Parts: sequence; structure tokens; C-alpha cells
Amino acid sequence: MKSSVIIFPGSNCDRDMDVALKKFGFKNQMVWHNDFELPKSDLIVLPGGFSYGDYLRCGSIAGKSKIINSVIEYGKSGGLVLGICNGFQILTETGLLPGVLQQNKYLEFICKNVYVKINDTENKFFKNIKKKILELHIAHNEGNYFCSNDELKSIEDNNQIAVSYCNKEGTYNNESNPNGALKNIAGIFNKKKNILGMMPHPERMIDKYLSGEDGSVFFENLIGNLK
Amino acid sequence: MKIKVIVTLKNGVLDPQGKAIQQTLNGMGFENVKEVRQGKYFNIEINENDEAKAKLKVEDMCKKLLANLVIEDFKII
Repeated sequence: MKSSVIIFPGSNCDRDMDVALKKFGFKNQMVWHNDFELPKSDLIVLPGGFSYGDYLRCGSIAGKSKIINSVIEYGKSGGLVLGICNGFQILTETGLLPGVLQQNKYLEFICKNVYVKINDTENKFFKNIKKKILELHIAHNEGNYFCSNDELKSIEDNNQIAVSYCNKEGTYNNESNPNGALKNIAGIFNKKKNILGMMPHPERMIDKYLSGEDGSVFFENLIGNLK
Repeated sequence: MKIKVIVTLKNGVLDPQGKAIQQTLNGMGFENVKEVRQGKYFNIEINENDEAKAKLKVEDMCKKLLANLVIEDFKII
């Protein structure tokens, strides 16, 4: 399976993602934002970081970069696209995913482990996954998901809420919502569910001794679904 | 020609920074401040002599980049 990770100026989770993808069997390539064409890939990843210094709005400048038209085309034609953290923000700015990531409710940069519950397994990202509640890491200042009421109804009706912040037992409540996100939303799909954006970083949870392995569960499952 | 743009959050969209500024102002003794909404200001110099044409171009820029219409409104002045 071939994957590509796009590097923007200011991306800082690109190499972690490269390590994670290779660990679970992807042949990964790094792609520079100034390129126009994507290499042939089964998965495109927009990594976390602070693309273009988060100028204007997080992800807005990356959302107009040279490579992004190819990513949009790839996603619209059904290709698998994964955006983590800043990658999620970029996906909303391109319009591939609905809504927007606003500044965290209490104006703090949040860096900690959280639990998220997988809401939908009828897609290539989570089909067959053996755990429904994952412990993953978040590190962001703008992760407060927001969309209009009409949009929310539409994403709920289409089961587009991919993962939601919850407690260890899988219950959604205010205490388990780190950033004020609408309905505890931590990640969403597009309508066809081939594009996933989420704030938590699975690539940071792939080592038994350093971090825990719920990220490994995600990547192992993902490559299994693509084979 | 210079065109000015103000981008603000739409009514009803949470503005935590505005809220923090309002509370700070209240704490400083400006008790009658009821609400603060923070926004962005752009000063755009554009090679165009026709004001209507320039504003039309800036409007396009606002829709495509300067504002995120999910949460923001813009005003060209």
C-alpha cells in the first residue's frame, strides 16, 4: 500500500506520520507543498503542525497551496484522505469537510491524552476495528469544532461524526470535552466517508513503552482494510 | 487604490477572545461594556482605477480567502 504525506512549511508531525505509516506497512512518500502532482497513492495524509504559521486562519493558506488542487481532486474522486490536527483544519478550509475549527473555548493550548469513541465503522478507516474507544493524544489551540445547525443536522443524518471526545467508559459529557467542540466532535467524515479529519494524533500513540498503542490499533486496522 | 475590509465573526458564533477582552475591561472599571466582538482589518492596495471594479475583486478575495463564511462576515469599506 502506498501513502503520501504532504509537507507544508510549518508542518511538524509529518515525520512522526511517516514513521507510523512505515511501521505498519505503508510505502510512504513525502510530498512538498509546492509540487502540483501527487504520486500514485492509496492514502494521502495532511499532517499536523502550524502550516504557514497559522497565518490568517489555521489551514487557510495551506488550503490554497499548489498541491492542494490535486488533493481536492483525489478526495473528490473517492481517494482516501486523512487529515490530522492542522490537516483537519486544512480539510475544512478547502471545503472537503464541513464546518470549522475555532479557538479552544478556554483560550488555552491543550496538550494531553484524551479518549475518543468511534461512532461509525461503515468506512475504510474504522471498519473491523477491534477497539471502539481509543486513548489518543491531542495538542492544539484551535480544535473547537463548529458548524451551523443545518450543517450539524446534515452531518448527523449522514453519520458523518467519525469520533467524539468521551471519558474512559465511552460516555460523552462536558468534562470529557477538552475544547468546547460542538457535540464533543473530535473528527468528521465527508459524505462518502473517504475523507477523515480529526484532531487527535494516532501517530503519537504507536509505542508500547512511550505512549500506549491505540494509534497502532488505528493504523493496523487501516492498512488491513486497504489490502 | 486602497480598499479596506473588516472581517467579523457572525452573530451567534462564540468569540472567546472577545469575551475575555470584555471581562478584562469590566475588571478594569469599564463596567458598562456589555459585549466585545473581535475582528480582523485588511488594508488592500490594488492596481485598479475603477472603484466598483476594485471592490468587486476584493469581494471575490473575501469569499475565497480573507473570510471563512461558515463563521465570518465581511464588510468592504
